[in-house]
Amino acid sequence: MSQHNVSININGTEHSHDVDARLLLVHYIRENCDLTGTHIGCDSTSCGACTVIVDGRAIKSCTMFAVQASGKEVETIEGVADGGLHPIQEGFWEMHGLQCGYCTPGMIMCAKTLLEKNPDPTEEEIRWGISGNLCRCTGYNKIVEAIQYAAEKINQPEAASA
Amino acid sequence: MAIYHDPSKPKHVADRVEIKTKVKDGASAEVPTTHDVTTTTPKEICGIGHRMKRKEDPRFIQGKGRYVDDFKLPGMLYMDIVRSPYAHAKILEIDASEALAMDGVLAVITGKDLEAHGLHWMPTLMSDTQMVLPTDKVVYYAQEVCAVIATDRYTAADAIEAVYVDYEPLKPVVSPFDALKDEVIVRDDKEIRTNRIWHWEVGDEAATDAIFDSATTVIKETMYIPRIHVSSIETCGMVANYNPATEKMQIYMTTQAPHAVRTVFALVTGLPEQKIQIISPDIGGGFGGKVPVYPGYVIGAVASLLIGKPVKWIEDRSENLQADSFARDYHLEAEMAADENGKIVGLRVNGLADHGCADSAANPSKFPAGLFSICTGSYDMKAAHVNFDAVYTNKPPGGVAYRCSFRVTEAVHMVERLTSMMAHELGVDPAAYRMNNFIKPEQFPYESPTGWEYDSGNYHAALEKAMEMIDYDGLRKEQLEKRERGELMGIGISSFTEVVGAGPAKDYDILGIKMFDSAEIRVHPTGKAIARFGTKSQGQGHETTYAQIIAEVLGIPALDIDIEEGDTDTAPYGLGTYASRSTPTAGAAAAMAARKIKAKARKIAAHLLEAHEDDLEWNVSQWQVKGSPDKAKTIQEIAFAAYTDHPDDLQAGLEATDYYNPPNLTFPFGSYICVVDIDKGTGEIHIRRFVAIDDCGNIINPLVVEGQVHGGLTMGLAPAMYEEIVYDENGQCLTGTLADYLVPTAVESPKWETGHTITPSPHHPIGAKGVGESPTVGAPPAIANAVVDAMWHLGVRHIDIPITPEKVWQALRDAGVTE
Repeated sequence: MSQHNVSININGTEHSHDVDARLLLVHYIRENCDLTGTHIGCDSTSCGACTVIVDGRAIKSCTMFAVQASGKEVETIEGVADGGLHPIQEGFWEMHGLQCGYCTPGMIMCAKTLLEKNPDPTEEEIRWGISGNLCRCTGYNKIVEAIQYAAEKINQPEAASA
Repeated sequence: MAIYHDPSKPKHVADRVEIKTKVKDGASAEVPTTHDVTTTTPKEICGIGHRMKRKEDPRFIQGKGRYVDDFKLPGMLYMDIVRSPYAHAKILEIDASEALAMDGVLAVITGKDLEAHGLHWMPTLMSDTQMVLPTDKVVYYAQEVCAVIATDRYTAADAIEAVYVDYEPLKPVVSPFDALKDEVIVRDDKEIRTNRIWHWEVGDEAATDAIFDSATTVIKETMYIPRIHVSSIETCGMVANYNPATEKMQIYMTTQAPHAVRTVFALVTGLPEQKIQIISPDIGGGFGGKVPVYPGYVIGAVASLLIGKPVKWIEDRSENLQADSFARDYHLEAEMAADENGKIVGLRVNGLADHGCADSAANPSKFPAGLFSICTGSYDMKAAHVNFDAVYTNKPPGGVAYRCSFRVTEAVHMVERLTSMMAHELGVDPAAYRMNNFIKPEQFPYESPTGWEYDSGNYHAALEKAMEMIDYDGLRKEQLEKRERGELMGIGISSFTEVVGAGPAKDYDILGIKMFDSAEIRVHPTGKAIARFGTKSQGQGHETTYAQIIAEVLGIPALDIDIEEGDTDTAPYGLGTYASRSTPTAGAAAAMAARKIKAKARKIAAHLLEAHEDDLEWNVSQWQVKGSPDKAKTIQEIAFAAYTDHPDDLQAGLEATDYYNPPNLTFPFGSYICVVDIDKGTGEIHIRRFVAIDDCGNIINPLVVEGQVHGGLTMGLAPAMYEEIVYDENGQCLTGTLADYLVPTAVESPKWETGHTITPSPHHPIGAKGVGESPTVGAPPAIANAVVDAMWHLGVRHIDIPITPEKVWQALRDAGVTE
């Protein structure tokens, strides 16, 4: 198996390792970098539990090789908050947008890119936006509400906190 | 304890099980129904009824949950499993030489290796047996054949491809009806050559036959409740960590029942039980799929024991869908009888359960068909009889629940479909028909024809509320108008009765272990507390709701109470979390243990206040002198005194443990109404509205209950419209990935509209009943009834779930609709 040196900026920190060409990005994040907030649910791009943000796009990291992410900027759940909680994290807590918590990091990463592209989504746009991420516990209503809460807070930070 | 049943003969359960249980003397027959959640504690304390944000959430939303695959121990090895490509085949040879020659491969473990330790077979929870690894033949597709242990997961995955297994394919038996013919025998390890596992009956057969003979209207339908899979987003897995120096086996594993697993491990392996520690960390969804002990767990533990290093095994999704316990798979032939007034008078059911290659159901041991006998549901009828057979087939073993109390979903689907069919048959509105046939509020506690004693209920109130919320009369008018225009719109109702909270120890056990559950509370000197339980949350929110129960009783703020579960070295023994039993059992234990602490606190307060105990009264969070609230000691002051200034005749400390044995099960209920629009051209079903009114007794946390109901509804939608595990004629699984097995996304899942009525359980310490599974039980028939309601006038009587557009399209074509 050929070895390759990868350098990946994860949550603002440079990580560099010699890895097998076939090492999946999700395993690199979880095992080489010990960031276990990114989860694995299906290994086949179906469930979205492994969603991270690569150069601004939500990516399912179980179907991307670590070498493909070399030189890129990766954001994981551990990096979303800038001190305290990100409004999306806050929304999930306030609106009961999680139960077992396993899909939650992937959902939050997906929601983050959704709101960056579309700061004021309709309910239907939110449902389609997270349709690549499966949740078995919540029935999705409260995840939608969590993202609506976050959108409102991001758009009108003062009004939401008042 | 009967762990193994005699393998020389199949287990025929001929004895009828007496399931009738009586509530405690003094329980009120009249339980009023209310609509508003009330609280008795202020927000700072957050006792019962407060809409408290969950205490466990901060770690999950920050990616700091600890799931089993997150544990990385020094020197840890990885296990991967070779699986069978055949549903039925002899194993002629396993050649692992090439795999063993690979760098990083330490061992290949076969059935013969386990046989040397007597571990190639294991007991199932239903006292059947199941192969851990085969020595001579495989009996289902994707069965574990042997396991590879390697230094990393990639090498292990490579090595399983380098193990060569020579099979001689045998003819499989896939259909349970074929299995009854005994032409192909699945289990030739058993002395009697038959695929029949058990026969079970409940109810009065003669009385039921007599009712049917004299009935005015009888309807009959065959129904299949298909095989489905819980498919929690986290698959199953473990890290087994045997330490040769201490001889301790520490196992991190995805289990909903860690204590029972420890005992089974001890009995099966012969390891001393104190040397086994099961740690069930954060679990990424369970829904019943994490109750059984799968072969992978046993092989991983043996590997760690033999090698003396930690071994990790994590299933991938295909293994999870193809080999782990399934749910349902019941074939039913059901009849309902009505008298000349249209009143439901009887129910007769013949069932055939397909258990795959082993009876690995997770039922209480005396209940081979689980609590299916709840099948008379919410309706007062004279007699019922249920007659069930179970067979082996060449499919994975099961069945577990799928977010439901043991086999209740199958029963409720049947009776709710039949009730709507009967209403249509008689030309009566299905809502009015239900109202006329419900057990009346004054009939509780109600004794059902199959021997249950329902604790409390008010079915009329729940259905009335649902009808009002959805504007039922308006919808029926709209439906008539649409029908005149040729449009298909349907309204479906389900008024289900659940039975949860197993259970009274005299009737309910798993492998002989009684189904109590436990709580242990320790109040620290500064008035903060920790409480440990025998249950194990998989997302239900125990860290919040249990704390609220204790806060309610003791007045200690819920935020000051930490809740721990899942570590068998520290938590009190319990049977675990499934079948909505946590609140009815461990939740009750929390209240009872807290009351013991409160009683001791009273003695300490009397000592501190120099008053007689009888002169004290409780006020939210303090014992105070009656009539003199200024003379009071708060629970925090009392806690400090318990360690610093306790009376001479009292032991120090402020702790209590309770092992709660419920006097009866609890019977949550609800009424759901679903509105669908159907596209005649494509058969596509659009759920326009879905209103769910649940009654789970007293509500501990409305936010958590809403979340449980929403999630349960989507898991009811899933088998109603999307999910089914399908096999071809060779027993090959055709739905082994999430691309074929259709778990609903946010797009398919409707915007659920929920509400509640509150009819407390008279026998539960805080009047609660359990709720996590009600919606999974109640939703499928509401959806199926809505679809059939839209098409009844065209002659469509029944469509089996999952109701796909193709089935609807075909039913419409069969009914002559060609547009």
